[in-house]
Amino acid sequence: MLARLRGRHDVNLWFWVFVGPFFAGLVLFIYVPIGWSVYLSFFEAYNTVTPTEFVGLANYRDMLADPAFRDSLLTFVVFAAFIVPTTFALSLLTALLVARTRVMQAFFRSVFFLPVACSYVVAALIWKMSIFSGMRSGAANALLGLAGLDPIPWLSLTNPPWYWLVIVSARLWLQVGFYMILFLAALQRVPTNLYEAAAIDGAEGWQVFRHITWPQLLPASTAVLLLLLINAFQAFDEFYNILAGFGGYPPYARPPLVYLYYTALGSGQNFGDGSAGAVILTVLIAVVALAQTRLLRLGGRD
Amino acid sequence: MLHERRRYVVLRWTLLLLGTVLFLLPFALLLRGAFSSEGDLTSGTWHWLPPTWEWGNLAAVLDNRTVPLGRALLNSTLIAVSQTVGVLVLSGMAGYGLARIPYRWSGVVFWLITVTLLIPAAVTFVPSFVLVSSLGWISTLRGLIVPGLFQALATFLFRQFFLSFPREIEEAAALDGLSWWGTFWRVVVPNSGGFAAAIGTITFIGSWNAFLWPLVIGRAPESWTVQVALSTYLTAQTSQVSLLFMAALVAILPLLLMFLLLQRWIVQGVERTGISE
Repeated sequence: MLARLRGRHDVNLWFWVFVGPFFAGLVLFIYVPIGWSVYLSFFEAYNTVTPTEFVGLANYRDMLADPAFRDSLLTFVVFAAFIVPTTFALSLLTALLVARTRVMQAFFRSVFFLPVACSYVVAALIWKMSIFSGMRSGAANALLGLAGLDPIPWLSLTNPPWYWLVIVSARLWLQVGFYMILFLAALQRVPTNLYEAAAIDGAEGWQVFRHITWPQLLPASTAVLLLLLINAFQAFDEFYNILAGFGGYPPYARPPLVYLYYTALGSGQNFGDGSAGAVILTVLIAVVALAQTRLLRLGGRD
Repeated sequence: MLHERRRYVVLRWTLLLLGTVLFLLPFALLLRGAFSSEGDLTSGTWHWLPPTWEWGNLAAVLDNRTVPLGRALLNSTLIAVSQTVGVLVLSGMAGYGLARIPYRWSGVVFWLITVTLLIPAAVTFVPSFVLVSSLGWISTLRGLIVPGLFQALATFLFRQFFLSFPREIEEAAALDGLSWWGTFWRVVVPNSGGFAAAIGTITFIGSWNAFLWPLVIGRAPESWTVQVALSTYLTAQTSQVSLLFMAALVAILPLLLMFLLLQRWIVQGVERTGISE
């Protein structure tokens, strides 16, 4: 009806007035760079972003053969193995705790949600200089001192790799509140008559969670898991700010984006290899994201 | 609602209070660091509270000499405000066009927009850097702001929101002789405040806390954002630690205030952007 009132002839014009500015920007800042990078990845490009010599698939061979690149993928896998289950469990737990309490509910929700306002840089500062400072004056080492233990250089030790505790706990603190909100929203959508029916059947505590709440949370849980995985893949801020120091970034604990940062923008400025690396990572993440939409659609159907 | 056993109540409250202490502790440590003297922070003994409260740290950070932060605060504010306004206008308009204007190729355009959601922006920072550097935008506000204006997720969410907007109101506006333009700005926008607030607050937070892109583009110190400035002092370890904590406190204050005042919209923003149905 709207279209008929205004006449068909100016529909095309109005569509582009509304969508054109956004779409043009999207093409220029997303499609063009990705296309250019794919092109650049077949060329030599040292210290320049214009291709110099065609090298075919050599950049891709370089990247896949580079032990440091494969190490970065391994670092991601280890990081994901730590951060995904812990965030999932903790955000679900806090959501259940907050949803159940009626006294001061808004207060507790705010407490767990507040770290979302904090940047990774500020969290890295607190974690590196206050909690896990390698000196005796750090909070963790002061606690160890009370127990009569020696201080631990949390960030410079690779055996055992204590730095994982620092990295993982920082991200945990920053992101639990975000996923708690998603779980809280999902909990609110559970029909109350299910709980009433369970109460009539005499179910309580763990049984209610196992048989009523959990099945209803399944679609949200799948979404949270894959969101966590994709976000872990993009980890950069806390690794860079916690581990990089006066002497540069240590050779270990380099996730994919940190590796790419030093390849393309470090002293080498190798944009050919950097572009090939970006293309490989983009394909990897797109496959995961596609799997996500597939899984979610399947989850939604039943 | 449900009868709960006593031990469940005890367990729940224990966990809630323990969680509260653990989640607020880093903020307390930030305050402690910001108001400690340098000597007390680096001495071998741990103090929960500063033995002497060093109020001079605040003045030392604000006078902008030891830890230059003024320009970075200005840059961050300009970037976050213009990206928030830009995203709301661009994605709001695009979302409305996609939801309501029956253009023949609308479906194709929508597909081209949503397919970019498969690729997170951070993964393509090298390609984006290549483009922005060939535009000559390194170390400029343009280079920091413009690439972040085109958020496919925001457009997607605005489209979903406008699809659920009551058509009758728009039809009445059309009967009154308003064009698409007039209908959008005079009828639809004034009734979309809550949704725009949710998207806007989330965009602002993301923009203020962004790190990788400002680090890559903001090479010259004049173009540093607050996060890049803090990170530079932190990784180079050139500044006094106590002043670093004070600078970090100044850097997160705007967002903490926002959280206290606008939490309702931020929560809605998280719900909308987290899982898009």
